[in-house]
Amino acid sequence: MNYTLKVWRQARPSEKGKLVSYSAHGISSEASFLEMLDIVNERLLEKGEEPIAFDHDCREGICGMCGSVVNGYAHGHQRGTTLCQLHMREFSDGSTIIIEPLRAKAFPLIKDLVVDRSAFDKIIAAGGFISIRAGSAPDGNAIPVAKEMAERAMDAAACIGCGACVAACPNASAMLFTSAKLAQLGLLPQGQVERDSRAREMVRAMEDAGFGACSNHGECEAVCPKEISTNFIAFLNRDFIVSSMK
Amino acid sequence: MKLDAKIPEGTIEKKWDDHRFKLKLVNPANKRKFSIIVVGSGLAGASAAASLGELGYKVLCFFYQDSPRRAHSIAAQGGINAAKNYTNDGDSIYRLFYDTVKGGDYRAREANVYRLAQVSNAIIDQCVAQGVPFAREYGGTLDNRSFGGAQVSRTFYARGQTGQQLLLGAYSSLMRQVRAQTVTLFPRQEMLDLVVVEGRARGIVTRNLITGELRSFAADAVVLATGGYGNVFYLSTNAKGCNVTAAYRAYKKGAGFANPCFTQIHPTCIPVHGEYQSKLTLMSESLRNDGRIWVPLKAKDGKLPSLIPEAERDYFLERRYPAFGNLVPRDVASRAVKAVCDEQRGVGETGLGVYLDFSDAIQRLGEQDIRDKYGNLFHMYQKITAENPYQVPMRIYPAVHYTMGGLWVDYNLMTTIDGCYAIGEANFSDHGANRLGASALMQGLADGYFILPYTIGDYLAQAGNSRIAVEHAEFRGCEQAAEQRITKLLSIRGRRSPDSFHRELGKLMWNDCGMARNQSGLQHALEQIPKIRQAFWQDLKLAGPANTLNQTLEKAGRVADFLEFAELMVRDALARGESCGGHFREESQTEEGEARRDDGAFSHVAVWEYRGESTTPERAIEPLLFDYCKPSQRSYK
Repeated sequence: MNYTLKVWRQARPSEKGKLVSYSAHGISSEASFLEMLDIVNERLLEKGEEPIAFDHDCREGICGMCGSVVNGYAHGHQRGTTLCQLHMREFSDGSTIIIEPLRAKAFPLIKDLVVDRSAFDKIIAAGGFISIRAGSAPDGNAIPVAKEMAERAMDAAACIGCGACVAACPNASAMLFTSAKLAQLGLLPQGQVERDSRAREMVRAMEDAGFGACSNHGECEAVCPKEISTNFIAFLNRDFIVSSMK
Repeated sequence: MKLDAKIPEGTIEKKWDDHRFKLKLVNPANKRKFSIIVVGSGLAGASAAASLGELGYKVLCFFYQDSPRRAHSIAAQGGINAAKNYTNDGDSIYRLFYDTVKGGDYRAREANVYRLAQVSNAIIDQCVAQGVPFAREYGGTLDNRSFGGAQVSRTFYARGQTGQQLLLGAYSSLMRQVRAQTVTLFPRQEMLDLVVVEGRARGIVTRNLITGELRSFAADAVVLATGGYGNVFYLSTNAKGCNVTAAYRAYKKGAGFANPCFTQIHPTCIPVHGEYQSKLTLMSESLRNDGRIWVPLKAKDGKLPSLIPEAERDYFLERRYPAFGNLVPRDVASRAVKAVCDEQRGVGETGLGVYLDFSDAIQRLGEQDIRDKYGNLFHMYQKITAENPYQVPMRIYPAVHYTMGGLWVDYNLMTTIDGCYAIGEANFSDHGANRLGASALMQGLADGYFILPYTIGDYLAQAGNSRIAVEHAEFRGCEQAAEQRITKLLSIRGRRSPDSFHRELGKLMWNDCGMARNQSGLQHALEQIPKIRQAFWQDLKLAGPANTLNQTLEKAGRVADFLEFAELMVRDALARGESCGGHFREESQTEEGEARRDDGAFSHVAVWEYRGESTTPERAIEPLLFDYCKPSQRSYK
């Protein structure tokens, strides 16, 4: 298969970036999107040009390190798929593929397709945990959790923190990310003690980091590789309002 | 090399308790005066950094990814073992201990394994309290499933994402300590050297991957939680960034490297499909609970699986190992798969694959039940292969997955360098020659939450509080050496990419030091590796400067270390003339093709000591004594 790539190249934050065209020819349809980029990079290196910088690690859709905007969609057009799990058979032969970084004010660009998502860590550090010291936990079965609740908490906990939701949102909001953690912990009995403060502090950290507000576009859910539901945003809103009334 | 494992006296049940009492303590008010470097943020690193922070130490945590949540523990799928006996099926600490020693083919240290089994239950409690959404029964209690090498159900799980959930749990504890300012994170930083001053590990030299800046950090102790070296094979289930650099640098600074030849080939991975392939994807062992493994009886049977009648199918694991069936340990399953493929009975385009078939389970339990248990794995399989495993059997083949070898540590998890600790997959201690499924998560968290926080205090209390400045000549020397190496890599200006050398090395290792090994193959590898290494240093091509994000340069540094480390691995495989666990020497097998151990000659840990650039490393041994699990021919029949 042959493709034309238009890739965002930017050597450093202070320099201006631009889309640069590359030919990606002779690519197997079985190759993954990142393997296609590997091949293009090997060829660039052969010519003495600097390869395209992009983040990736596990290449099995779970670490959340990869993710670019492909033809306007974070992680590409296939639903419920990280970029590393997207395969070239999903692109028709001869097509042009535009690859850009995940863009958001809170995700400053580092180089080419690589952005800084440490703002997510700040949101978690603000309250995305249950305060429990190693060694002080009661027996695992001392706290029964209804299967349904555990399953719902797991649905929320599946978030991989890739940032696609932010890049897809017109407001660059981190509501889906933040709400997923709040819901996971808020649905479980273990998470009740700190439920109010958690909502307050995580939302504040989210705003401080420069993320926008939610205006119910739903783009986040559409691009989420783990298909996390915007219902959790309603959960967040409820908890946030309740906590601010206390 | 002098090896003192410091195994406590007394009966195995009492060793850890007695030892904990004897360990010296650091006064709570003094803890903040000690700084500890933790390299790596996976299950072991994150849990250690968080727990040490909770105790009040000043912790510096380094990792190459952009967030600690990305470490490759996140990809573990199936579950975590614990001896809770919630299923009332006869489990106990002693049984978990016994299964792990036996599963490791009697090449692990009994005292360490017993302790691991002892603390396993506290891990589950800790993770539940953190909010890890483990699978539940309808009554609200924790659910269990079975894993290979055990006849009890002791594996706790969170769908097929157990590693992710446990890591996010440890990460949440870690971030809580970041907020409490006991832990400082250093993302996108790679450790390039270990700094040893007067025989003590006193710090590390790192490269900031964004700016290229080389910097020294000093501390009172250094903890390496840097994972395994499976990527020496190029293709493995490891993340692309996993590397041996930190462990190898510690080895070059005097840390003994134990059993480097012990690598685990996982039986159920998605088969290789092309030259450009960048990594292999695991399909969790838990699938063998419900999936049945088979190949056609006839060699080169080209028929679609649905057209092969029952009578023409060979469920070879169930046939060869009726007691354990599809749930034999990984090494046994992998070899059996290789054997049927060697008989030309493999399936798929390459013939390197066997079926993992769920049709019986779907018929028995219904599709929804299977979806609940393994939905995300089936989804992932379909994404990669474009085949629907609910309708056609999965095709799987063994792939490199885990490395049981690692830095040698004593009972306190300290390497042969004072003050340098190795935890999780980076050390060698608990899995012997073969790791059982769902035990890696257990060990990583045991080391980080419940063992290292006790043992490191003993060292710090004795070493005392002595500050050292990064201006010290040892730090400066290490920085300069790291800088010179980077300059050298960039100045070669040859023709080949780091990946091309890595692939070449990987192929060689897979062929000569992979699932089956023999004298002549290993000799061949030992001759070839220096040639690849020489070509690397003469013909490497890089692009871009050192002072920005330069992923090709990062890769080159890691490949350079793999090219040296591979030789050590082969040397170890050559010296161990027996078969045990994942290390299968063709010269040492039974008539039925099972691994044959040689307890007389090899009941020991092989520990390699670096002797300099042009000198062969020295092999020391730590004898293994089995007072409780008497070694026998492992049988799963």
